[in-house]
Amino acid sequence: MSASPQTVQKSGAAGSAIFAGSDSRKYNYYEPKARKATHYEDMTVDVQPDPERYLLQDWIISFPDGTPTYSKTWTKALSSNWHQFRAVDQEWERTHYQRQSTICGMVQGVIENARKSGAPKRFDAAWVKVLQDHLGAYKHAEFGLGTSLMQAQRYGYTQMINNATLTNSSYKLRFSQDLTLYLSEIGMDLGNFDHTAGKTHWLEDPIWQGTRRAIEAIMGATDYLEQYLATNLVFEPLVGELFRSGFIMQMAASQGDFATPSVVAAAEADYERNLANTVELAHMLTHDKEHGAHNTKLFNGWIAHHGALAKEAAANLQPIWSQPRVKVSSFDDAQERAHNRIQTICSQVGLKAP
Amino acid sequence: MSETLTLNKIVNQKGISTAEAANRVSDLGWTPSYVQEAMTFPTDYKISRVPRDPMKQVLRSYFPMQEEKDNRVYGALDAALRGDMFRNVEPRWVEWMKLFLAIIPFPEISAARSMAMVGRLAPGEELRTGFTMQMVDEFRHSTIQMNLKKWYMENYIDPAGFDITEAAFGKCYATTIGRQFAEGFLTGDAITAANIYLTVVAETAFTNTLFVAMPSEAARNGDYALPTVFLSVQSDESRHIGNGHSMLMAMIHDPSNHQLLERDLKYAFWQNHAIVDAAIGTFIEYGTTNRDKNKESYAELWHRWIYEDYYRTYMLPLEKYGIKIHHDDVAEAWDRIVKKNYVHKTAQFFSVGWSFNFWRIEAQTEKDFEWFEHKYPGWYAEFGDYWKWYAKLSKPGEKVIAFNSDVGYVYPHRCWSCMVPCLIREDFCCDEVDGKVYTYCSEGCRWTHKVAFAAEYEGRATPAMGRFSGRREWEECYHGWDHADALVDLGFVRSDGKTLVPQPHLRFEQKDMWTLDHVRGNTLGSPLRAFRALKPGAERDAAVAEYRKGFTINPCN
Repeated sequence: MSASPQTVQKSGAAGSAIFAGSDSRKYNYYEPKARKATHYEDMTVDVQPDPERYLLQDWIISFPDGTPTYSKTWTKALSSNWHQFRAVDQEWERTHYQRQSTICGMVQGVIENARKSGAPKRFDAAWVKVLQDHLGAYKHAEFGLGTSLMQAQRYGYTQMINNATLTNSSYKLRFSQDLTLYLSEIGMDLGNFDHTAGKTHWLEDPIWQGTRRAIEAIMGATDYLEQYLATNLVFEPLVGELFRSGFIMQMAASQGDFATPSVVAAAEADYERNLANTVELAHMLTHDKEHGAHNTKLFNGWIAHHGALAKEAAANLQPIWSQPRVKVSSFDDAQERAHNRIQTICSQVGLKAP
Repeated sequence: MSETLTLNKIVNQKGISTAEAANRVSDLGWTPSYVQEAMTFPTDYKISRVPRDPMKQVLRSYFPMQEEKDNRVYGALDAALRGDMFRNVEPRWVEWMKLFLAIIPFPEISAARSMAMVGRLAPGEELRTGFTMQMVDEFRHSTIQMNLKKWYMENYIDPAGFDITEAAFGKCYATTIGRQFAEGFLTGDAITAANIYLTVVAETAFTNTLFVAMPSEAARNGDYALPTVFLSVQSDESRHIGNGHSMLMAMIHDPSNHQLLERDLKYAFWQNHAIVDAAIGTFIEYGTTNRDKNKESYAELWHRWIYEDYYRTYMLPLEKYGIKIHHDDVAEAWDRIVKKNYVHKTAQFFSVGWSFNFWRIEAQTEKDFEWFEHKYPGWYAEFGDYWKWYAKLSKPGEKVIAFNSDVGYVYPHRCWSCMVPCLIREDFCCDEVDGKVYTYCSEGCRWTHKVAFAAEYEGRATPAMGRFSGRREWEECYHGWDHADALVDLGFVRSDGKTLVPQPHLRFEQKDMWTLDHVRGNTLGSPLRAFRALKPGAERDAAVAEYRKGFTINPCN
C-alpha cells in the first residue's frame, strides 16, 4: 500500500496562511438591513430557502395538490420582497432563552416573596374572586393566541417572519402558563380558591363569550398573516392591554395585591416587542411599492372584522370593572386609552383603526 | 445549629407538584364552539385516543433549564478559543463541517414548523404542551447551529464555503439530499411527515448517529465545539422522542391505521438510512484523521445505535400491536453498510465530485488505508487504487477526476427518491411513474416513489400523501454547461473571482489552488436524460445490465 504523501498544514487557525478567500469571514449571501449585518440576521436570513433566491432545484416535495413546501399563496397579502423583513427584537435562540428565563425567575421570585409575606391572605376577598374567575378566564385567551401563532409559524414565506411568529407564540404560551401556575400557587394559601372556576367562566360566562369568540376567530383564520396582525394590531390593544393594564394592573394595588401586577407586567413587556415586530412587517407590506394599496385594503378588512369582534369583547368585559371593592379606575378611561392606542398603532402603518 | 436544620427547610414553601402543574397547564385548551380551527394540514390517519405527555414539564422550568444549557455551550466555545483549539484542530474534519452545517439548520427549523402540523391533530391538549417545547427546541437548534458555523468561519484557517453557506445550501447537489430529509418533515400527510418520519424514525433512531456518534469523532479531531453544541442539542431529543412515541401510541390501537403505519415506517426507515448513513457515515469514516483500531467503525456504531438500540428495543415491540415490521429492510440496510460498502462508495462519489462542492476533500493516505482494511476487510482491493488516483490528481493542472477517463470511475445515476446517487451498482433499478422513467438506487427507493408517495396505497385512497416534485436530478440543472461556468453560477468561486472554493487537498498555499481555468473545457451532462433517450426495451435493459456490472478502477502507479 502506498499513496502520495500529503502536505499537512500545521495550524488550522485563522490567519496561519494567506490565500484567496482566507479573509472572507462574513456571511456574504444576503444584504443586511443596516450597514453591518447583525448577529440575528446571520442566524436567521436565508435558512428557509426560496426558489427565487438560491433554491436551484426548487422545492422537492409537494402537497398532493401540487402546493410546494412553502408557498406565497398561504396569505392573501402580496410583497415585492418578502425577504426584506427583519424582526425589530432581533431574537435568536440565545436572546430568547435569556429573556424567557429571566421572566420565569422574576415571576417565581414575586410569587415566592408574596406568599412568604402572607400577601394572598391580605388580598381583598372580592379581588380574590376577580382573580379566580376573570384572570383565571383570561389565561385561556392567552393560550388561544399562543396556539394560534404556533400554527401560523408554519406558513410564512421567510425564516424572519416565521421565527418572529414563533417567538411571539412562545411568549404567549409562557404567559398563559405563568397565570395558571400563579393562580394555582396563591390558591394554596387561600383555602377555598377554585382553580377550575376560570375555565368555567371562559366557556360559559357571558362576560367572556365575546372574548372567546374573538380569540376563536383568530385561531380559526386560515391566513397566517391575518392571525399575526389580528393578534397584535387588534386584539392586544383593544382587549389584551385593556384587561391587563387597564384593569388588573391598575386595580390590584388598591385591593392589597402587589403580586399580580408584577406577574402580568411581563406580558406587557412581551407585547411591546411583538407589537414592534408586527408593525415593522405591516409597515413593509402597506408601503410596498407594487402591492401597498392591495395590502392596505386587505389589512383594513381584517382589522374591521377582528376589530368589531374585539370591540364587542371589550364591551362585554365592562361589568368586571365594577367587581373590585375599591374602585380606582373606570372602564371608560381604560377603553379610551385602548382606542387611542389602536389609533396610534394603525396610523403608524397606514391602516384604518376600527 | 441543629444537624437537621437546612436552608432549604427554612425557605421552602409548599408548592404544587410537577404533575399537578402539568395537568393544570394541559387544561388551558378547549374545544372551540364559535369558530372551528381549520385542519389545514390533513392526514389519512385516525387519531381517536388522547395522547399523553410523558415529560410533564412546564415552561417555567423549561426556559431556565435551556438557558443553563446554553450557558454551558457558549462558555465552552469561549474556552475552546482561549485554549487555541484551532491551532490543533484537524482541517480534514472542519472541511466536512462546511457541508454538514450548511444542511442541518434547515431540517431543524423544519421540525419546528412541523409542530404546527401535529399540534391541532391530537385530541386533548396535553401533548400540545410537549409539541410547544419541541417547537422552541428546534428554533434553538437551528440558530445555535448557525452560530457554530459562524464561529468556525471566524476562526478556522479557510473560511471559504462557510461564508456562502445558505446560498450553497440551495445550490449544491449534496445539500439537496439533506433537503429531502428536511422537507420530508413538513410536507404531505401531517402524521407521515411530522410524526413517523421526523420523530418516530429520524429523531428516535438516527439522531444517535448524527448527534452522539459524530461529536465523538469531532473530539478525536481536536474539535471540542461540535460536541458541546450537538450533545446539548441531543439532550433535547429525548423530549421529542417522547412526543413521537406518545402520538404513535394514540394511533396504534386503531387497526385502520396499521396499513399506513407499516407504509410509513418502511419509507421513513429506508430513506433515513439512505440519506443519514450516506452523509454521517462519510463524515465519521472519511472526515477523521484518527485511526485508532480500537474505536468503533461506522458499521459498529450503526449496529449499536440503529440495530440494537432502535430496531430491537423500539421497532420490534411494535409487533405486539399487530404492526408488521420490515425486518428485511433493516437487514438490507445492514448489508449495504457492511457488505456492499455503501459509506465507502458515498465517500468515493463525494470525492469524485469535489470540484462541484464548496468544501475541501483531501486524499486518504496509507495510514487511513490500514484502518479501513482492518475494519472492512477487502476495502483496499476495491478502494485503494482509487484514493491513490485521487491524491495524484489533486495537483492543479491535472485532468479533474470527474472527467478523467484514466481512473476508470463511471459517473453514477442519481436516485430520484433519496437523491443520493445509485452507488451500489448491482441494486440499480428503474421504473415508470405517471408515464415517465426514473432511476433509483435500490428497490426500497423505487417503492418509496412509486408506491408510497401516491394517491392510493394497496387499494386505499391516501389523499393527504405528498408527492415528489422539483428538479430532483441535480445534473439536469447544468446539462450541457461548461464546468467552469457551472461553478460561477453555483457561486463556488473565491473572492479573487477565479480560485475555486472546493479543493482536492488541504494545501493552503495559493500556488496549490485550483482555479476556473483548471476545470474549463469539461461539459456536464444528465445521466437521466441520456437514460430516457434510450429506446424502451432491449436498449434500456442493456444499459441497466451494464450499469449493474459496475466498473473497475485502473491501477494507479
